[in-house]
Amino acid sequence: MPKQLIKGNEALVKGAVLAGCRAFYGYPITPANEIAESAAVYIPQAGGVFLQAESEVAAINMVYGGASAGVRTMTASSGPGMSLMCEGISYIAGAELPCVIANIMRGGPGLGNIAPEQSDYFQAVKGGGHGCYHALVLAPASAQEMCDLTFLGFDLADKYRNPVIVLADGCLGQMMEPVEFPTTPRAPRTPEWAVDGTAATRPNLISSIYLQPDDLEKHILKLEAKYKRAHVEETRWENYRTDDAELVFVGYGIVARILKSVVEKLRMQGIKAGLLRPITLYPFPAPELRRLAGQAQQFFVVEMSTGQMVEDVRLAVEGRRPVEFYGRCGGNIPTAEEIVEEVFAHV
Amino acid sequence: MSELKCIHGKADCFYEHYERKGEAQHQTHYCPGCGHGIAHKLLAESIDELGIRDRVILVSPVGCSVFLYYYFDVGNVQVAHGRAPAVATALKRAHPEAIVISYQGDGDLAAIGSAEILHAANRGENYTSIFINNAIYGMTGGQMAPTTLMGNRTTTTPFGRNVFNDGYPLHVSEVIATLEAPTYVERAALGNTKQILQAKKAIKKALETQMKGLGFSMVEILSPCPTIWKMDPVDAQKHVREGLAAVYPLGAKRDRTKEAEPRPAHIPAPALEELPRILKLDKGSDAAMPAHHETVDFRVKVAGFGGQGVLLLGQLLAEAGMDYGLEVSWLPSYGPEMRSGTSNCHVRLSNKPVDSPFVSSPNVLIALNEPSLRKFISTVEPGGLVFYNGTAIPADCVRADLRMHPIPFFAVADELGSTKVGNIVVLGALLSATGVLPLEVVDHALPRVVKAEKWIEIDRQALRRGASLLCPEVPVHV
Repeated sequence: MPKQLIKGNEALVKGAVLAGCRAFYGYPITPANEIAESAAVYIPQAGGVFLQAESEVAAINMVYGGASAGVRTMTASSGPGMSLMCEGISYIAGAELPCVIANIMRGGPGLGNIAPEQSDYFQAVKGGGHGCYHALVLAPASAQEMCDLTFLGFDLADKYRNPVIVLADGCLGQMMEPVEFPTTPRAPRTPEWAVDGTAATRPNLISSIYLQPDDLEKHILKLEAKYKRAHVEETRWENYRTDDAELVFVGYGIVARILKSVVEKLRMQGIKAGLLRPITLYPFPAPELRRLAGQAQQFFVVEMSTGQMVEDVRLAVEGRRPVEFYGRCGGNIPTAEEIVEEVFAHV
Repeated sequence: MSELKCIHGKADCFYEHYERKGEAQHQTHYCPGCGHGIAHKLLAESIDELGIRDRVILVSPVGCSVFLYYYFDVGNVQVAHGRAPAVATALKRAHPEAIVISYQGDGDLAAIGSAEILHAANRGENYTSIFINNAIYGMTGGQMAPTTLMGNRTTTTPFGRNVFNDGYPLHVSEVIATLEAPTYVERAALGNTKQILQAKKAIKKALETQMKGLGFSMVEILSPCPTIWKMDPVDAQKHVREGLAAVYPLGAKRDRTKEAEPRPAHIPAPALEELPRILKLDKGSDAAMPAHHETVDFRVKVAGFGGQGVLLLGQLLAEAGMDYGLEVSWLPSYGPEMRSGTSNCHVRLSNKPVDSPFVSSPNVLIALNEPSLRKFISTVEPGGLVFYNGTAIPADCVRADLRMHPIPFFAVADELGSTKVGNIVVLGALLSATGVLPLEVVDHALPRVVKAEKWIEIDRQALRRGASLLCPEVPVHV
């Protein structure tokens, strides 16, 4: 297949359709609109359903319905819309339904603005909705990964029967880069646990209620066991020049791209810098950070927030090495030059 | 016993035992005299009589009937408070052959889920909504519902429902009936045998409406709640007949079952082999050359007014760069900036994977207006190139460490017959000044960026005109 110069948001939708996604339920919000707009073009042509819901609350519950019916289903939103969806995501996790949710992060809290931020890390990674659950969280850093991680997201969602969040931001969505699309599309199939209105699936029940404490505890521990398994089998990250690195940057998404420039600039000045880029934010690559803590002198976390992922880095490093933090927020994107200045000021 | 025939037994689509009740599995979990038991039975009998049990997907709500799925031996989906219409919508859209039935109480449907029911009805979703109206929140212990009658005391209206505090009882069926899409909406009641039999007729008709694909159907059922109403079952039924039915008149509110057209049939999904065509995956670069080994590190900032083709110029450069075997990225400014009339984009062309797509210190600045030049001139790397759309660089923007080319690109484009191609003239000048790409590579990429045939030829001319501007015989103001 030829390479295509394509926006991240559109690459995400094409990756979803190739992964067998045949239902998209969404509600307009900037900067995630291109996803719904592309889905409205492609998913009906692929024999699926596109529906603009009356709210994000309805959209995520339509996702619940589509997933219950055994269809690979997705939605996309941003900050305020994601907050509204948290109720539904909790139900989806509780009822063990697979789905993919793209969060094209914008500035918050409240209405904030529509410029890129990474301030929904806690919401995505730590739960967001009520109860003991986690979504698996994937953090693309290129248009290629907007496609690839969405494709992977549908497989992971099915494998774990759990919601998967693709956590990106407005830059990744708007940016055009060459993308090579997967050449083996997934054929839609109805899983055996789904409810599809046939005799074979009549005994099936989709529910998140466990009224007896013992029953609910058992259910929660079952979910927990899935998350533990995901830690072992699904943790993904990229090492960039960490082999001999004494200063290890940690950043995800668009920030990781800027940090690669920073690493190059510092290396030119004789500083052994490297980058650990988490690709899965949940499960978080803590073991790799622990390993690097044996070699590196210092960690430097950069986020487009006041510091959210840095907490997980500090937990992973266990106080063995200093962990510095630099963040920009409000929709400001740190430049490589200003990060280099910060490094010289604080390291 | 064998000669006896059961004429009034348990409906087949009920389970044999109600596991919810633990040791008392022959009982339901409902209170004595509760209307849910009757409504369940009417629905179960209707499903049996229509022979649709295997096709039914029942959507259980939150409220006293949260455990609907313990009774009905059908496909079951339990959902969040108020959201049954959204879930039912997606279930039915996924499997149009299924018979999707949602069952909701008044708090669920008329309060927290009022948006979902209104919009599902307005879309004419082809599912059936059973709406139990007992004018109270039962499961949470007797709070006011949107349908609670005026003056009624509840735990949250201890002095009676007051219009100035709580508004009026909500007539859901009448509201839904004002919409164009719904096909069948009827209000029934469980106040006596006659009403119960009418309720069953309505349920059956609603299901048949769905089976024929005619669209949205809803049956509102006025239902007794003796426990919370603090009445015995007989008085509670009387209150349904005389209290509730006086405020909520019974009967069909909308019936288009005769004239409604069936919804269009589901279009079969295309074969998987069709996906690359549908997704336009074949429309990519078909001229990719082997990766470059000579060092290319183009960090370009393009800036100007909206409408000058700033984004297209950048995109075309990136497309052509990709065709030429380079690694590329294109990042537009977006959001409020876009709407203020200025526009800019960052383009990178490199022989190595592009690290940051942001161009914070460009080595090429294309400034198509003066504000853009002023904004970005200080960021250009020493030795960098500047293309400025104008006859001269403003004195305070001149930098001796840069190669600056002030050229009235859009005036040049005018000579070619269209101001619009000024951006392409710039690109031609850029290519001839740097030699980063042959013009033919841009020619090849053009049709992927510029869709209209008539523009492609003018663009090719503009590209060449631009390239000639920096030839020695053409004076350039530096």
